[in-house]
Amino acid sequence: MTTKSISLTVNGKTVDQEVEPRTHLADFLRHGIGLTGTHIGCEHGVCGACTVLVDGQAVRSCLMLAVQADGAEVTTVEGLAGNADDLSPIQAAFREFHGLQCGYCTPGFLTSLTQLLMENPDIGEEDLRKELSGNLCRCTGYAGIVRAALAAAQAYKEAAATGMGGSR
Amino acid sequence: MKAAAFDYHRPANRAEALDMVGSLDNAKFLAGGQSLVAMLNMRYAIVDHLIDLNHVTDLAGIEMTGDRLRLGAMTRQRAVKDDAALAARAPIFAAALDYVGHFQTRNRGTVGGSLGHMDPSAELMALATLMDAEVEVQSKAQTRSLSIADYPMAYMTPAIEMDEMITGVTFALPGEGHGWGFHEHAQRHGDFAICGVAALMELAGGTISRTAITVFGIGMAPQRARAAEDMLASQTPGDDLYRAAADALDDLDYTTDAMASAAYRRRLAGVLTRRALADAARRAGGDRR
Amino acid sequence: MTTQMVGKPIQRVEDKDLLTGKGNFTDDIKLPGTLHVAFIRAPFAHARITGIDLDAARDLAGVHLVMAAADLPAPAKGKRILLQVPNPAIADPITQEPLVSDRVAFAGEAVAVVVADSRAIAEDAAEMVMVDYDPLPTVANLAQATAPGADKVHPHLADNVAARIHVGYGDIESAFRDAAHTVSVTLDQHRGTGNPMEGRAVLAAPNALDGGITVWSATQAPHILRRALVDMLEMAETDIRVIAPDVGGGFGPKVQAYPEEFVIPICAQMLGVPVKWIEDRREHLLCTVQERDQTWSVEMAVDAEGKLLGVRGRMQHDQGAYLPWGVIAPYISTVTMPGPYVLPAYDLETQVMFTNKVPTAPLRGAGRPQAVFAMERLFDLAADRMGLDRAELRRRNLIPAEAMPYSVGLIFRDGQPLVYDSGDYPRCQQIAEEKSGWADFPARREAALREGHYIGLGIANYVEGTGLGPFEGATTQVLPSGRIMIKTGAAGQGQGNRTVYAQVAAEAFNVDISQVDVELGDTGKIPIGVGAFASRLMVNAGSAIDVSAGTVVTKMKKIAAAAFEVSEDDLELVDGTVRVTGEQGPSLTFGEMAQMASGMPGYVLPGGQEPGLFATHYFSPPQAAYANGSHAVEVEVDPETGIVRIARYIVVHDCGRMVNPLLVEGQIQGGLAHGIGNAFLEKMRYDDDANPVTTTLADYLLPDADNVPTAEIYHVESPAPHNPLGVKGAGEGGTIPAAAAVVSAVEDALRPFGIQIDEAPILPERICELIDAARQDTQEAS
Ligand code: FES
Ligand code: FES
Repeated sequence: MTTKSISLTVNGKTVDQEVEPRTHLADFLRHGIGLTGTHIGCEHGVCGACTVLVDGQAVRSCLMLAVQADGAEVTTVEGLAGNADDLSPIQAAFREFHGLQCGYCTPGFLTSLTQLLMENPDIGEEDLRKELSGNLCRCTGYAGIVRAALAAAQAYKEAAATGMGGSR
Repeated sequence: MKAAAFDYHRPANRAEALDMVGSLDNAKFLAGGQSLVAMLNMRYAIVDHLIDLNHVTDLAGIEMTGDRLRLGAMTRQRAVKDDAALAARAPIFAAALDYVGHFQTRNRGTVGGSLGHMDPSAELMALATLMDAEVEVQSKAQTRSLSIADYPMAYMTPAIEMDEMITGVTFALPGEGHGWGFHEHAQRHGDFAICGVAALMELAGGTISRTAITVFGIGMAPQRARAAEDMLASQTPGDDLYRAAADALDDLDYTTDAMASAAYRRRLAGVLTRRALADAARRAGGDRR
Repeated sequence: MTTQMVGKPIQRVEDKDLLTGKGNFTDDIKLPGTLHVAFIRAPFAHARITGIDLDAARDLAGVHLVMAAADLPAPAKGKRILLQVPNPAIADPITQEPLVSDRVAFAGEAVAVVVADSRAIAEDAAEMVMVDYDPLPTVANLAQATAPGADKVHPHLADNVAARIHVGYGDIESAFRDAAHTVSVTLDQHRGTGNPMEGRAVLAAPNALDGGITVWSATQAPHILRRALVDMLEMAETDIRVIAPDVGGGFGPKVQAYPEEFVIPICAQMLGVPVKWIEDRREHLLCTVQERDQTWSVEMAVDAEGKLLGVRGRMQHDQGAYLPWGVIAPYISTVTMPGPYVLPAYDLETQVMFTNKVPTAPLRGAGRPQAVFAMERLFDLAADRMGLDRAELRRRNLIPAEAMPYSVGLIFRDGQPLVYDSGDYPRCQQIAEEKSGWADFPARREAALREGHYIGLGIANYVEGTGLGPFEGATTQVLPSGRIMIKTGAAGQGQGNRTVYAQVAAEAFNVDISQVDVELGDTGKIPIGVGAFASRLMVNAGSAIDVSAGTVVTKMKKIAAAAFEVSEDDLELVDGTVRVTGEQGPSLTFGEMAQMASGMPGYVLPGGQEPGLFATHYFSPPQAAYANGSHAVEVEVDPETGIVRIARYIVVHDCGRMVNPLLVEGQIQGGLAHGIGNAFLEKMRYDDDANPVTTTLADYLLPDADNVPTAEIYHVESPAPHNPLGVKGAGEGGTIPAAAAVVSAVEDALRPFGIQIDEAPILPERICELIDAARQDTQEAS
């Protein structure tokens, strides 16, 4: 089967590459361009570990083909903080509130929460838990994740108020 | 689990897409991919050609005219859920869409993809059944429209031809001031429902002038509870009435599978019907919560 | 002035990398020229292999090796995996082959392997492998395994009994003869899975220079895997290096050595290049060990005052087809049953039964949740029978704190008499009662019922043997840079071991944890080790670090005392220096001391010391450390649909001294989620032919954020007397009593229907069936 050439932006950098049509975006990010922060937990769309932002929207990268990302702007966990040495507000809150243990599910939670909190920083705990039901974590029992998200929401609210969407 | 190899095609418009599906062997359309790509990864589906509809721009859109709602096949589920005008006119859409997977899958999942996949638990299929929808399909040769009653052919298989494409679906919206109810049973939010019920109700002078009830997740496709609907006509809403309606669901088809027995589905259909009708009556009576 | 490090809720040193995508999991490791693997797995639970055709697969472009059992090279050919935990109770210690040669005994066993340029091509080729099977009769469950004239899981054995275990003490006959009340029950506890979010993963790279091999594996026990590899490949220990990099959760099933962990290194050796296999989720649900799956028929004898007289009965454990970890899980079940209660007489006969399913082996809780479920169900039943409050009956039987240490009368799995070392069980239950509002609850329940709400409160207690030996080792070294280096074999899979190990070392040296480096999970770094299971690492490795760090500190003080000509008692460690107490005196930095201790050519070492600032200690606990706790949970049940919602969850937890309360609470909460899954979500289903039917995460339901509440956690700290840190294990206590507590609460909520729940998980459909059956009974009676 013939490969296709694609050109996309990943974490602000342009990437041009040949891909096999059957390669999903998660495998492309991990093995095609070495961004192994995006994890694969099920490859059938249930666990959410593979979630990345495509044009600002959280999507399951195991359910999107790499060829489909041609022309898109992709943000992975590696690109959430503007600077590689920084932590975005949600990343920092995960550390503070022990929102991760093994860290395998974490990139999916961080990317999902980035969209969720940017769009709805006023979200309450009950709705937050419902929205997070598309991300599975086997280690934490979710308490630290929920605490971290509610604490970080404030930072996204301030960012929205000042119009500084710069750092995700 | 990696998909078997296939060729990928990206038509820029409908004509190209229809040309491709008419000429390529073992080809399938790729819409949002939220079911299809999982099935490809697991090799439950094996295709030689995927025709990606994501760049066919005139397939997406939400149009409301009078009591008709047309959703283009490539309209994202998220767009339907977030549409303010629709939420004002028929809030059941946003309520039902909230149960469709998770926000991450709704970001990509489409209306047409859901109808085409025809999962027995699909909420959009349930709404289509509830609102006597017409599904538009197009091939190179013709454009036709199927009433939702004729749409399901077999388990996860709609009555459309290999060379046809779903282009949109048109719902008959209930009257202004209608009430609605939507309940699903699943142990986790966003899972495939073991049983769900969607109901609409319109009142005139305190009695029921029109109802529609759809039970889904129980068999091959959503089913209208006609006997219960008939029984409710011209009655005064009330708990006893809802209970009687819940008892009038025996003639629906309930399946047993690994997740639930037919008997349990029947039980849930009754419970959820009662609850959906109570909600619908309350809302039809002016309490819009 | 000491920087207190142990006991503080310090943020983890692991987090920054994991939060920014810089983790290093097995599949993240890129070695040039790596080839990828897919396995051909049996579609039958029991079948003889009558033919295998590999040719078509071998011809596919991009394929490098296709191999069945017959093609395995010596010495692996014909061998089975080493059984690491033998037990005299085991009739025939049958373990898996790397690839099945003749007869598959569960669906999913690997019969052949493909190595190719990519995983996708390997899967393409795997589909082209033709295997002829002659299906054999299957044994799908305990009922089929024990039926008279049952088909056999392994035809060469006399029957399906894998092992018989009989434990007990006291005069059980008179206990039941003298009883004022007896209750009996038969309980089913279904299969659950581990499902860490990272599945298993293996990468092997041959070393062309020395003929050795390096194996990276998402394992909980690199040293245990190396031992099994040494046995299988007949290589020297020093030629095999096993590394556990970042591991994405373990929970038990990543302890034992699996067929793939042998096949991948063998392929790498045959091909002379690195070879990688990443378990996908379907493979995990097919082939990775599972647990629970027991049936208990037990009875309890109580006197007129509600004092326990005895417990007896039978238990059957569904072992699956092989014994990868011996009979540890069922054995632990049998000795966990007495729990925190004064139990004068006990008798339990256990049959471990083979079935044609994936093997069972310890999974978070390791046999304990089942035993606690059985004991706590008996308590609930007896209390209801006697018309006593459920907590009151328990209270009358809890071992008082003054009775510690308390000898139960059994031998634990560590071979030592079961002696509870410390703890205050009545206090734990009391806190649970207070915090849950136990005393007022019946009134609340009545009030809620009047509003149409069915709420219930449940309680469960447990004792957990943790911190098992044999040992764990650690090396502490002060580097010339002045930094502290800790090396230990004992790696975690997300628990935060680096952080707590660093805390222990930092406290010993009175430095910040940022001054400590921790190297874990690499057999190349420390010669012997055991692994992460049985909530044992803090006790074993933590103590080894504490002791070895203490040895180095003593040595530094000796050298400095000689250099400064003062007594060791006049020295203190401050800011990375050793100095005479007080600000003014002379001092040496840790780095300078490391330089001194490594000697200068031609000079005598100061202070008559051995060279080097390092020490290795292997800590070997004399017995287990017994953690305990009490859970109380409030639920609301919808009796029309059977849906259960948890309203509040209270955990009272005693794991001895806590090194890091933030991490302890993380373990409790995470373990609790698993227990909640076992209580009402997770059920691994098989059809009557033993084919698994829940093989995706859409069918096997893991708990999500929407059904796991944040627990209210209260700590009691009873220091463990048998290790220097006073710690006990904390990894499993969240899981162990959860199913018992939740089911108790559900039953309480449904009191108006008078139902009894005899299984876990309790699923909505079953709740409705029980309610319907109870209604039918009342109707027939009236
Ligand atoms: S790996 Fe994509 S959802 Fe699980
Ligand atoms: S932290 Fe391990 S799966 Fe979430």
